[in-house]
Amino acid sequence: MEFEIVICQGEQAMGVNCEIVWRESSNYIDGAVSDELRLSIDEHVQTCAKCASVLDGLKNIVQLYGDERMSEVPLGYGQRLHRKLEEDMVVPARRGFLKWGLAFAASVAVVGAFEGTKQYRENAALEKYKKIQLELEVLMLPNDKIFHVQGCSIIRNRSTIALTAREAIKAGDIPCQYCLRKYLQS
Amino acid sequence: MKAALQDDLAGQFSEDALIRRIQDGERDLFYQLIQPYERRVYSAAYAILRNESEAEDAAQEAALKAFKHIKQFRAEAKFSTWLLQITINEARMRRRKQQAHVMESIADQQNEDGDYIPRDFADWREIPSETLERSEIRDALMKALAMLGEKYREVFVLRDMQHLSIDETAKILDISTASVKTRLLRARLMLRDLLSPGFGGGWSSRLSFAKGNKPWE
Repeated sequence: MEFEIVICQGEQAMGVNCEIVWRESSNYIDGAVSDELRLSIDEHVQTCAKCASVLDGLKNIVQLYGDERMSEVPLGYGQRLHRKLEEDMVVPARRGFLKWGLAFAASVAVVGAFEGTKQYRENAALEKYKKIQLELEVLMLPNDKIFHVQGCSIIRNRSTIALTAREAIKAGDIPCQYCLRKYLQS
Repeated sequence: MKAALQDDLAGQFSEDALIRRIQDGERDLFYQLIQPYERRVYSAAYAILRNESEAEDAAQEAALKAFKHIKQFRAEAKFSTWLLQITINEARMRRRKQQAHVMESIADQQNEDGDYIPRDFADWREIPSETLERSEIRDALMKALAMLGEKYREVFVLRDMQHLSIDETAKILDISTASVKTRLLRARLMLRDLLSPGFGGGWSSRLSFAKGNKPWE
């Protein structure tokens, strides 16, 4: 489709034509043109309603789309992302740890050694999460490895199993990064 | 100004420290690292895929990929840039897999080198940002954005919605800064035309507000 370039009255006097204004309009509203060009454009649009319309429109576009209300995420997006990360990265890591732990226990073939490993793991977990009160009641989703406290949005309206933080930590379960965050920062 | 700069630097240092700790094995800190960028990751994926659930899947996958490759991240790069590069690549890959492009715009077929000529010269007065409280306005703006070709949409979203610099946008998209500027100009002008009254031809007629009235009036 061909368009005819519109020549306005402002062009002759100011040394900048409509085509240049349109081409530089984006740089102009970003403040990325030379002072000389800015002045020329400012003067041009005073007598050219069409170019003024282009610049005003662009300013509106940038202002409206740049508003943070235009970049909203779907409801619950953050929680789902958090849960996905926990499921896919923390739990496999723990499984890997268990696998190697079991392989080690089998290789020495001594039950006492296995018990020792288990004890060591429990103690290490208790030390790692020592800021969490051990008698605190925590809630877990069935078949999950993450424990939460009452009121956590991740478990809202879902059936949970209650236990103490001590039991959960000793079983190798992991505190929720949302509701138990304050206990996790070192 | 000085205080803001110090805050920025402090933020940068604490992020660097966080990354080093994750690289050294403290995996459970990863969520803390990416949480400030959740929104950016989603909106970058949405810019390409134009579908909420697809964008969310892509954002999740991008976060997982970033985690898996965190040891490859080098401190000389900016973490946000690196994360967005992964997101854009993930979304583009998913987009290629999508079979039907129902609303592929004619803008993709246009030659980027040629000038884009504005079509509408109606008098634009300032549109108050309060209008964004109305969901139909936000929907109308998103619909117009979805009409742009992908290469314009990507640049526009990173630059004008995520407020990244020209250089950062160029780096993330792996294009020159000149291309960023050209595409940004075209994207802005096309959106302006799409949201103007009285432009009734072609593909813009699918927009409910293209029949004469601006929706915010």
